[in-house]
Parts: sequence; C-alpha cells; structure tokens
Amino acid sequence: MVFDDRSPIYLQIAEQIKNDIVTGALAEDEQVMSTNQYAAFYRINPATAAKGFAQLVDDGVLYKKRGIGMFVAPNARDLLRTGRRDSFFADVVDPMIREAKAIGIPLKDILQHIRSWGGD
Amino acid sequence: MTAALTVRTEDLSVRFAGVPALDRLDLRLAPGKIHGLLGRNGSGKSTLAATLAGFRRPDEGRVLIEGGDLGAAQEPYENAVVTSRVCLIREAGDRPDAVPVKYAVGLAAALRPYWDADLAGDLLDRFEVPLNKKIQKLSRGKKSALGVVLGLASRAPLTIFDESYLGMDVPSRNLFYDMLLADYAEVPRTIVLSTHLVSEVSAMLEEVVILDQGRLVTQSPVDALRGRGASIVGPAAAVDEFTAGFTVLAEERLGGTKSTTVLGDLDPALLAQATAAGLEIGPVGLQDLFVHLTGVKS
Repeated sequence: MVFDDRSPIYLQIAEQIKNDIVTGALAEDEQVMSTNQYAAFYRINPATAAKGFAQLVDDGVLYKKRGIGMFVAPNARDLLRTGRRDSFFADVVDPMIREAKAIGIPLKDILQHIRSWGGD
Repeated sequence: MTAALTVRTEDLSVRFAGVPALDRLDLRLAPGKIHGLLGRNGSGKSTLAATLAGFRRPDEGRVLIEGGDLGAAQEPYENAVVTSRVCLIREAGDRPDAVPVKYAVGLAAALRPYWDADLAGDLLDRFEVPLNKKIQKLSRGKKSALGVVLGLASRAPLTIFDESYLGMDVPSRNLFYDMLLADYAEVPRTIVLSTHLVSEVSAMLEEVVILDQGRLVTQSPVDALRGRGASIVGPAAAVDEFTAGFTVLAEERLGGTKSTTVLGDLDPALLAQATAAGLEIGPVGLQDLFVHLTGVKS
C-alpha cells in the first residue's frame, strides 16, 4: 500500500481495509492489526492510523474487544457490498456509457457484449 | 516514563546582524505528537530548532517549555534542567570530534536523564556504528547515524532532529524512520523533524509547521492539508470567474487554457458547478502545496 499525498491518509487507510473486507482478504470476526503495528508496517504516524480505524468503528465495519484489539464486524461485508452496489451505476456504469458515446460505440453493442458473458 | 513536553513561542524574534531569521513567531507545539518543521533553505527552521533547544537566546519574545516533569513553563536558554530534557540533533554533530564514538555515547548517557543504554546498544548495532573509531574518522553517513542513535536513545521528552539524517543513504534513513516510529509508539514524546524532504516524511507526521522567511505560513494537522489545494483547468475566462473568491497560489497559461491552483475546500455544489462550466478539477499533493506556499512569488 502506497499512500498518496492528495487526500487524507486516514481515509486511504479506511478505504484499504474496506477493500480487504469486500474482497474477502479480511474475514468477518478476524482480528485486524493494531494501530501501532499498522503504523510501523506502513511507516505512518500512529495517530493517523488510529483515526482511520476509529472511522471504521464508527461506520460499524470494525468492533473493539477491550484489551484484545479490533475485529471485522460480522455483517461488515454485506454492509460494504450494499453500499458499493448503491454507487455502482454512478461510479462504474455511467462513466462507461459516457466513454462509449464519446468514441461512438452504440449501446446495443455494449448490451450484446454483456450478454456474451452469459448473464441474463 | 518520559512525559512529553509542550513548546510555546511568544513573539519570538532572532536576528543575525540586524537581519531577522525569525520574525515575531507565535507557535504552540502540542505534547506527544510528531511535528514536521518544513521550509525552504534559509526559512528559519534551524534557527527555530536552536532557539527551542536553548542553544541561542531570543532577541525578542521568548520560548517556553512546560509539562512533564518540568511542570510550569520555563525558558530553555542557560537552564540546565530544561536543556537536559530537550535533545537537538544537528548534522554538524555539536560534539567533540577527536574522541572515539563510545566517548560521545558515555557523555550522552551521563547528561540525559531518560537515557536508555539497551536501546543505544541495539541502535549502534543496527546502524553499524563502530564504538572504538574516532568520530572524525567516520563517514558522513555514519556521523549522521551516530546523531540519530544519540537522539533516539536519549528519549528526551522533546527531541528535535534538524535535518540531521540527510547525510544517511536511503536504506539508513528508512531504518531511522522505522526505529523512530517503533520507539515513539513505546515511549510517546514530543518530536520535531525539520526537513525540506516533505514527501519522504509527511506520512509520519501528525502536525506541520511551515516557515517562510522567518514567519509562520501555516500550522495544521498534516492530514488536513492533504487535499486542501485544488487545481482548476479550463478556458481562461471560465477559470478566472470560478476562482475569483479563492486564495490563488499559482497561475499558468497555455494559449486559451489556464490552470490555477487555489487553497480551499471545494464542496460538492462547487464541484458540480465547475464540472457544468467545463472545468477540470484536480487535487494538489502536499509537496506541491508546500512548494506553492513557500515558493518565489512570480
């Protein structure tokens, strides 16, 4: 993970952990790294890492076990997938249609291509 | 347990032959955080570091250091109690040169109340600094590494590294960053990293102080600065109309196209308005923002 300097790092940390949960790299009820481990591993300020984790606790993606550490919430994957489904058309499909229109690919060709993947 | 110190400067001015190096600086460095002291060469970083550490007397105003086992605020200049708890590491070294490394280590151990001998031994091994060699015979990189070892093992409640690690090669600098974060996690203290290598250290900082020509440009949590700048690109007239209310940091023109860098938060409504006007909005990285904030005004 390389952090860029164009948006707050704590948000980038939160995004990365959410991604790991959506893809299944982090399982539900699995323990995540401590903020100090995370800070040392990625060479970032521990307070920044703590802020990223705190955001995920607020969002219900992680939960704390006192004295033990932080864990992935049991429903985190569903929660995040639902959120991403809501923005899927705006974030993924709409830009594709704009690009297709700009370069002159008819929508029926796109539909045909999607059908060729075997969906219905 | 080392307790972190709070630093304040009040109306602090330092002059060299009448020329101000620090110009009426009011600052507060919160305890227990890693602060970045950023500025171009000659911006006053080193003068500020030296004044905080009591190496230099203010010409006007004062430096106050408080908290931890110091209690009430005290000035560092010619104050042995404060200066034993404030460790400034500079590239020049500030130590006798014609003696072996172990002498400098012994001196630090005697003078620093929170000295950790085990940590010092471990760090000397990791940085491969030979104990019996005379300091003047060390390479530039090893001299820098010795400074880093003394700075970390002092575990001073206020530790300032003034570009002292720039003499080290990249693997050694990375080792320094790792050791700094590891020991800071174990013993939180107030740390100041003075540098112009913004992109290399910015992720390790919590707060930044940006100086330019001896004056404070901005002090801010570093994450708040990320994404604070925006570049607006498009037809010159439309760009000018859009950026009229913003603090403009830089402008560039190529034919009818203009790129303007502004400081400020663009809310979604403004972004939508810009997109509708055919403008492209891009984020500005911290390094670029630093360059714009401290650059030569064109």
